[in-house]
Amino acid sequence: MGAITTAHYLALSAALLLIGTIGVLTRRNIVIILMSIELILNAVNINLIAFSHYWQHVNGQIFAIFVITDAVAEAAVGLGILIALFRNKETVLADEVDLLKW
Amino acid sequence: MTDAIFFYLFSALVLGGAIFTVTRRNAVHSAISLIVSLIGVAGLYLLQQAEFLFAVQIVLYVGGIMVLFLFVIMLVNLDQAAKERQFNRQRWIALLCVAAVGAEISYFMRKGAGTFEFAKTAAVSAPAVGGNTEQVADVLFKQYLLPFEIASVLLLVAVVGSVVMAKKRI
Repeated sequence: MGAITTAHYLALSAALLLIGTIGVLTRRNIVIILMSIELILNAVNINLIAFSHYWQHVNGQIFAIFVITDAVAEAAVGLGILIALFRNKETVLADEVDLLKW
Repeated sequence: MTDAIFFYLFSALVLGGAIFTVTRRNAVHSAISLIVSLIGVAGLYLLQQAEFLFAVQIVLYVGGIMVLFLFVIMLVNLDQAAKERQFNRQRWIALLCVAAVGAEISYFMRKGAGTFEFAKTAAVSAPAVGGNTEQVADVLFKQYLLPFEIASVLLLVAVVGSVVMAKKRI
């Protein structure tokens, strides 16, 4: 095991991003799609913190705080929409909501 | 050395939790795997001396967002969804596209590894004044005051929006 560099963190972040993308693109359950979006946003945060640590500069951490704020807003509104959807259509599967599909 | 051990430990938590999150059939199991993954990310923050974000990650993500997710899983009846097909019809195309993007990223990371300055451990030394929380507060409330206020307006909009969405009759 060698020393841990910033490139290690970038590789981890890329892997997390890809796993989250797989979740968003392949799952049918909307709750799990929202969870995968949280994974993607965490991958972004790992990147920001890695560079913040590398440059010894806290600006990256400020941006990570803003990303977390956005993630909270996204989760709250997304889950609100999910509850409204479940009340009207009795489903949580993304491909059954195809009213706007031709 | 300890750094490396903890890095690989937390990476295993992050990636293992993430893989379980996207593959489990039961949404509650997915949520618990996601909590494991988020705690791993918090550990990585601590390894990189971002103590404030470590606390924020635990309090906000694990304590806030995940509780919200679990409440919604309780409100929305997921038993029916757990019995059905879990992956949609485009899954093979999606996996192919993700594999292509992954190959692209790993190609560029390998190709550029020599030229990346940050591939070395040496860090730029900077005058550290006060603790991490103090530095974050200094920058956040001086340089980034306007974005901070805009973020609070965004949160207000999100609160109002989610109440409007989830309410039966407005």
